[in-house]
Amino acid sequence: MRRNLTPYTFLLPYLLIFGVFWAWPILYSIYLSFLDTRSFPWAWNPGVNWGRIFQDATFQDALRNTFLILLIQVPLMLALATALAVALNSQLLKFRPLFRFAFFAPVVVGAVAYSAVFRLIFNTDFGAVNSGLKALGLGPVDWLYAPGPAMTVIILVVTWRWTGYNAIIILAGLQSIPKDIYEAAAIDGATPWQQFLRITLPGIRPVLLFCFVLSIIGTLQLFTEPFLITNSGPGTATMTLGTYLYQQGFRSFNFGYASAIAYTVALLAAVFSLMQLRFFGRD
Amino acid sequence: MRRQQFIRSIWLHVFLVPLALLWLAPLWLMFVFSTLPERDIFSTPTPLLPGGDFFTNLQNLNADTNFSRTLLNSIAVSLIYTVLSVLLTSLAGYAFARFRFWGSTALFTIVIATLTIPYFVVVIPQYILIAREFKITNTYWAVVLPALANSLGVFYMRQSFLSLPSSLLEAARIDGAGEWRIFFQIALPLVRPAMAALSLILFLTAWNDYLWPLLVLSPDNKAALTAPVALGSLIGLTRVSWGGIMVGAVLMTVPFLILFIFLQRQFIAGIAAGGVKD
Repeated sequence: MRRNLTPYTFLLPYLLIFGVFWAWPILYSIYLSFLDTRSFPWAWNPGVNWGRIFQDATFQDALRNTFLILLIQVPLMLALATALAVALNSQLLKFRPLFRFAFFAPVVVGAVAYSAVFRLIFNTDFGAVNSGLKALGLGPVDWLYAPGPAMTVIILVVTWRWTGYNAIIILAGLQSIPKDIYEAAAIDGATPWQQFLRITLPGIRPVLLFCFVLSIIGTLQLFTEPFLITNSGPGTATMTLGTYLYQQGFRSFNFGYASAIAYTVALLAAVFSLMQLRFFGRD
Repeated sequence: MRRQQFIRSIWLHVFLVPLALLWLAPLWLMFVFSTLPERDIFSTPTPLLPGGDFFTNLQNLNADTNFSRTLLNSIAVSLIYTVLSVLLTSLAGYAFARFRFWGSTALFTIVIATLTIPYFVVVIPQYILIAREFKITNTYWAVVLPALANSLGVFYMRQSFLSLPSSLLEAARIDGAGEWRIFFQIALPLVRPAMAALSLILFLTAWNDYLWPLLVLSPDNKAALTAPVALGSLIGLTRVSWGGIMVGAVLMTVPFLILFIFLQRQFIAGIAAGGVKD
């Protein structure tokens, strides 16, 4: 009998925290999304938040911006990360540790730290980017205060931060492909490009799928960069689901509506992940 | 054939060297800006070499916000979180790996299923708990507690314990060792490399965390902030020392860059662990 209780005592501390801070919140925020939290006391009113979400112009902006980042940034970054992983894995590469450091370093840099630097780098009047463009006879671009450029900055910064991270995961996938397959293919006269398409890509498919799902969930919750670099602006040009949830939940303290936004994010994450699984996950 | 390889190698470097420099540029500029007086930071063309004003900027930063104090808070919070989280996830991972008990599969499935649920879904109830039920905002516990429900850590530690030969633990059991003794004296020391990789990633995550501490630490209480929240509160203000902000960014970043150079293997193991199926 004593023996049978042992696993529960091992689990107890973790499960206590897990129950209080994850399991219960998952359920409670569904309930919250059906409450009118702008009244006091909070009142049951299932339509108030879920009805609002379909008409709220700012929410539509946030949704559109987030989709734009999903559609442009995620594929671009994962293509670059795959190319980087292949390059870093290549026998032809010299000074491998230096290159690894260059691309993997952003993994350890905090979002606040690099957001501050990028604000300076993309400064319209003094920033390094415009001063570089000027040398080429271009610009200046109003990076942080014009809608298109501001979105470009967010996409570039997120790409800088996460490409190396994904390359690490893809590299681990690459190294699990047996080397003799490549040798056999080379003897049969396959070009490097053919080897990449026929051996490498199928070999890293599960890992790429994982990266896609992870990036989608991450992008749907993008917060710090638009919050600190562009302050969701100009206007709502870089408002994301993340910054809008923050605004509704923790500036207006409208927990009900913010919960509806949160569950929209969860639904989108589930739909996108299932789509990825369906298109790329077949074995 | 060798000639062809040589040409390919040249092309590889022609693409990769500029890209690597581009990737390092923000970090280099962070360092350079942290050493320059304000007027040099805002001058064109952008200065590319460091100056000698690092400590003046540090003084400005400490005048703008009590940064040295917030660094200590960050160290304390990250350490407490790492130690507790490694302990809790090891205990749970061990239970899932080594015991068959009523509800084990269901519980493990639930814990792992939450990996696919966005953090946003729980952040509001977590805030209500910490701020309105427990009323512990502006404390270390407010920052640390919710993040201890880390299911990736449980998954990672369970994998490590599964890889131990069960004959070893069985032998100890036959010798009459208690379950807790087997765990602390035999199992735990054997998974030390996994614990090291997990600790690094957990510490780094806690160190850089921004959204949650921003919610539960009030800017009115400057001495209770973590370093990222303190630094973030300066961004966007007018009349603030940007050289100082860059010093803050450097102090938050450089220790980890150095650590990364020496412990690259552990960092990469921790990151890749999530991505590779076995």
